[in-house]
Amino acid sequence: MLSRVADSLYWMSRYLERAEHTARLLSVGLTQTLGQEQEAVRQRWLRLLAALHVTPPSGSDIDTTVLVQAQSFDTENHDALVNSITQARENARQVREQISTEMWEQLNRLYLQVRTHASAQLWQDEPIEFFQSVKEGAHLFQGITDATMSHGEGWHFIQVGRFLERAGATALLLDTHFQPHLAATPEEPSPLDFNDWVALLKCCTAFEAYCKVYTADVQPTRVAEFLLLNGESPRSVRFAADRIQRSLQAIAQATASRGAGRAERLAGRLRAALDYGQVDEILADDMHGSLSAIRRSCDGIHTAIYQTYVVYPVESALNV
Amino acid sequence: MLSARSSLQSDHPLFTHYQFSGAFDEMFDWDGQVRPHYRPLYQRLLELAASDLQERQRYANLTFLNQGITFTVYGDHEGTERIFPYDLLPRIITATEWATIEAGLKQRITALNLFLHDIYHEGRILADKVIPRELVYTCHHYRREMRWVTVPRRIYTSVVGTDLVRLPSGAFAVLEDNLRVPSGVSYMLTNRGVMQRAFPQLFANIGVQPIDNYGQALLTTLRSLAPPQRPDPSIVVLTPGVFNSAYFEHTFLARQMGVELVEGRDLLVHDNIVYMRTTAGLRRVDVIYRRVDDDFIDPLAFRHDTILGVAGLFNAYRAGNVAFANAVGTGVADDKAVYAYVPRIIRYYLGEDPILPNVETYLCDEPDQLRYVLEHLDELVVKAVGESGGYGMLIGPHSSAEERAQFGARIAAHPRNYIAQPTLQLSRAPCFIDERVEPRHVDLRPYILNSGDQITIVPGGLTRVALRRGSLVVNSSQGGGSKDTWVLFR
Repeated sequence: MLSRVADSLYWMSRYLERAEHTARLLSVGLTQTLGQEQEAVRQRWLRLLAALHVTPPSGSDIDTTVLVQAQSFDTENHDALVNSITQARENARQVREQISTEMWEQLNRLYLQVRTHASAQLWQDEPIEFFQSVKEGAHLFQGITDATMSHGEGWHFIQVGRFLERAGATALLLDTHFQPHLAATPEEPSPLDFNDWVALLKCCTAFEAYCKVYTADVQPTRVAEFLLLNGESPRSVRFAADRIQRSLQAIAQATASRGAGRAERLAGRLRAALDYGQVDEILADDMHGSLSAIRRSCDGIHTAIYQTYVVYPVESALNV
Repeated sequence: MLSARSSLQSDHPLFTHYQFSGAFDEMFDWDGQVRPHYRPLYQRLLELAASDLQERQRYANLTFLNQGITFTVYGDHEGTERIFPYDLLPRIITATEWATIEAGLKQRITALNLFLHDIYHEGRILADKVIPRELVYTCHHYRREMRWVTVPRRIYTSVVGTDLVRLPSGAFAVLEDNLRVPSGVSYMLTNRGVMQRAFPQLFANIGVQPIDNYGQALLTTLRSLAPPQRPDPSIVVLTPGVFNSAYFEHTFLARQMGVELVEGRDLLVHDNIVYMRTTAGLRRVDVIYRRVDDDFIDPLAFRHDTILGVAGLFNAYRAGNVAFANAVGTGVADDKAVYAYVPRIIRYYLGEDPILPNVETYLCDEPDQLRYVLEHLDELVVKAVGESGGYGMLIGPHSSAEERAQFGARIAAHPRNYIAQPTLQLSRAPCFIDERVEPRHVDLRPYILNSGDQITIVPGGLTRVALRRGSLVVNSSQGGGSKDTWVLFR
């Protein structure tokens, strides 16, 4: 497979995952802050914005409409939802002959739908429905991908892109919630209440799944355990690490690449750390450090994939 | 009964607007009788209502849209893609007519290939003053860099699309040779697929020669260009990228042949060997079917201000480590002024009379002819020699006095850049337009594959239609459409 094609498939998938994540966070933010008092609203948005790599607006008041508009449709804002979808589509367009027609059509439909909402300000009437349709659009695309594309090398690059993005984003989201929580002292109790933990689970579409394992008794420790270490929830970091490793193995096998070791090794190490990790130890030890390490691993795997498959130096590849 | 149904029935709702002109009509002869090879189609049409045809037309359009057989509209930020207008009624050619076309095209391609080899080597034809040296050397597409370069099997033009027109006499003539990167073959193939679904019985009754082997024939042709020491050559299609209007065709051909579709940034040259960058490392490339113009192929050798090409590619080519289809510098032989000399070129190299005639052509470069052209601008079609796609032309009878004055000044300033031809009455074929069958002007572009040992022409080609009433311009960029072309077994 051409390196350029692998690159486009990878980023198509990453950007779509990013768009879905953004849609989910904004949607949760909107519902969670309804009818709440000003300071609570502000704190909640600050956490969500930090999880989206967004510098919070200056001033103490937060105008939800302006904020959601900026994160969704401001084309000047690189991280806006609309830009993620545009980038996903642009990458798909570059490799249209490599993906199935159905995949292209679905992504194109999603793109056109988001563009329509942006220009007509339609989303303001039914914002939750709008974000819901984006999430569904992304899910549909993933389903179509699994159902219509050969599960070969290209499909595995799509998986790697999606799960690397998810692992990094989930780790950051956990970090923005656990940092203020763990900083709590007897004099100053945790600023996060029951609703905040439910919201965190919902940001990962994991509330119902959590309840099936732990009942609706929502405890921060269990939330961390579920989102980090659960082996079965497709939203946990461990699950993502497992998929990344599997797909990297498949890619290495398909390409018989000489330099494949590094990316696989990094992915294996990340997975082992999560497979054998203990949540009480992580929390007691250094939660922020562990989450940062996960994000560094994701960056390292990304770089290794690039060096092995996409932008490898010519000299290293000449004696084929 | 048969005779009643074999002449034009202008009371039939489909045919109320069918009118004749001075042009050759593909379906009816001058007396309004249906030509024998069109009879099965005509009789089928009489059995149909406009709504039946419309249903099939809708179905055909939908097929094109769903398969993504579209071209990009430049300058549209929404990324709109449109389908190439498609006409439902096939254009039919008899086996006898086809035999003449085939022989004529083979003869012409053979001679042009010899011509290209000659002007980039000894230049005998120039020394013998058959064609003026200056005309060749002043041609914009002449590539000095190709002097004494050995191209594989001496084949310069592997893939050719020659534009033919049918004159009022019924004879076919060559209007243009496209020897650089002719496009449209994907429409020929997909048009056929759509027709087979729209009129299945007709196909069975009438006996149409198949064209499905084009992809395989193209692959064979490209393979034959590979360096002899590379028995299992790797072949790629080089595209300028997704923003090119013919990108669909590039992906289509790559898929039909089962080869990689690459862009310039996928390739690199090391020690005069071309590689493509794959996830499994560098893979050597032996033959490039390039859909990128000469100018953009290598920034070191040609235009420097481009990122479409590959640095060092031309050197690898000169070293014989990679083959191109088509070779660099073939544009000199489809220059519209050189065109006027093609009959002489054929006689010079082959000692034969041309089987397919040229269209009468005035060279503005020659003072007498220039004077004639400037005096008769209202009757002539004037074309810029280096342009294609219907750009840079003046159609005298359809132009205003002001346009003629402007164009005349341009011709006088750069006579070498222009040629003129009489306004041709291109033949007309029946088309389904606004619920009726009406005649429209058509041309024909067969696709010729030249592997040296063998010249293959799949029976058919792209029939382009000027869909606007009275229009003579068939180019897709100028409001033209296309239809399926049937070459019969008998």
